[in-house]
Amino acid sequence: MEQAKKKQLVVIGGGPAGLAAALAARKNGVQDLLILERDEQLGGILNQCIHNGFGLHTFHEELTGPEYAARYIEQIEHEKIDYLLNTMVIDLDDKKNITFINQNGVQRIQAQAVILAMGCRERPRGALNIPGYRPAGIYCAGTAQKLVNIDGLMPGKNVVILGSGDIGLIMARRMRLEGANVHAVVEIMPYSGGLKRNIVQCLDDFDIPLKLSHTITNIEGKERVKKVTIAKVDKDRHPISGTEETIECDTLLLSCGLIPENELSEKACIQIHDITHGPIVDESLETNVEGIFACGNVLHVHDLVDFVSREAEHAGIKAAQYVLNTLPKKETEIEIETKGVVRYCVPAKIDPKRMDDLQVIRFRVGKVLKDGAIYVWADDRCIFHRQKKILTPGEMEQVILKKKDVEYAKTIRIESEEM
Amino acid sequence: MERRLTCINCPLGCALHVIIDGSVIQVSGNSCPRGEIYGKSEVSHPVRMITTTLPVLNGKQAMVSCKSSEPIDKEKIFEVMRALKSVVVEAPVHIGEVLLENAAQTNVNIIATKNVEKAEKKMSFDIKTNTEEFLK
Repeated sequence: MEQAKKKQLVVIGGGPAGLAAALAARKNGVQDLLILERDEQLGGILNQCIHNGFGLHTFHEELTGPEYAARYIEQIEHEKIDYLLNTMVIDLDDKKNITFINQNGVQRIQAQAVILAMGCRERPRGALNIPGYRPAGIYCAGTAQKLVNIDGLMPGKNVVILGSGDIGLIMARRMRLEGANVHAVVEIMPYSGGLKRNIVQCLDDFDIPLKLSHTITNIEGKERVKKVTIAKVDKDRHPISGTEETIECDTLLLSCGLIPENELSEKACIQIHDITHGPIVDESLETNVEGIFACGNVLHVHDLVDFVSREAEHAGIKAAQYVLNTLPKKETEIEIETKGVVRYCVPAKIDPKRMDDLQVIRFRVGKVLKDGAIYVWADDRCIFHRQKKILTPGEMEQVILKKKDVEYAKTIRIESEEM
Repeated sequence: MERRLTCINCPLGCALHVIIDGSVIQVSGNSCPRGEIYGKSEVSHPVRMITTTLPVLNGKQAMVSCKSSEPIDKEKIFEVMRALKSVVVEAPVHIGEVLLENAAQTNVNIIATKNVEKAEKKMSFDIKTNTEEFLK
């Protein structure tokens, strides 16, 4: 194995988060910078998200995924930022030693700073406990999306989709457009996890039924999926016996949530958050390991790529400050408490001395709230208050804290409740 | 007559209330001008963007993604998809290039949304030549 090379900053992952983070770092003065990407092209999941709706915040126009990626890739090329494709990072330690493998063999880099931008992966069948046979024809929705949009292959003709997250909804339309029959989208919760616009334009437009409060209780077929059994569930999400019906199909797509991909983070002794399954970070998006930052879906799963780009820029700027020795040392970190229906927030802690004048805090609620309110408290002062007609777990919320409001605070609390 | 719609222009998904009184259409519940336009169009003449993929010959990637240059009649979606069945694109192809003109007589073009460069060499692994070289 070759001697470890030195780099100021290495970005692991060349998807939307990695690209935005690398660009921001370059624009803030980092010269010696490298992106490591395991796929054969930059852009990550955007390459297979051929539908439109991306970029309204960032570019003020509606782009498809590949177009959004191309905007960033052009800038990466323009800035002459180095990247390696077909390159898999296989190890990272808390001293920021990176080991990766590609067609040139195994190589090592000693980085001054690292940005984690590895994204997330889909929850597979094995994690869902669906009884039944294990025939061919069961795919994660994103895998099916790659087969159709990147490889030009159709996974099947008669489709049932479990889970109504955005990927499931988008794939319902995509499969229908390519000539498949989509018999139902089955959702265990009483509400869809996807955006409302996707229910309208992906399901309603094509008369695809959405079965809320239903789940799959059996998969039949020895070689290939032949049929699935669906059943209604009670409020504890247990199937109600007697409500079963069978649907003949040859393909089952699973759109049952995304899990941040943190095997590398764990190797580097980075603390992982119980709810987000991403690293615990502070206001600079720095993990507990000094000089390792995280952003995008590896940190927590986002709904909009525009927000990923924003967050990644912040990580890029902070990593640049770290590399150039202008990021102040951590002093007193305050953990942000979450109360009411707020499930988590990112960052989970802030150092008021180190924070910028304005700090974005992103969070999700745990259930649907009609006429909800969001409060932020610094000690016993309410420093932020907003009413919202609707708050849903499927849509990430954010509040912006002002440094002057929290500078001398001992505690900070985000709260959301029904009015 | 009135209709309740969900605006599909952006991920906000505003709940629109559209009141139709003869030729006068009133939209409320929108949070931007695009919502009003959508509400009016949806009750009189619904349109949708189409996004799909087409196969590429001699490209670095097998498929190129594409979209309608503007929204088309909702009723025409499958006609446009059928018209695209026979289209194959030759690499290189770049974002914005027209891949099919006036798709299914909608007066709307289908344009590329991805750059696919020409493959530098034949992608398939030629076992025979490789073996011959190996045996030399």
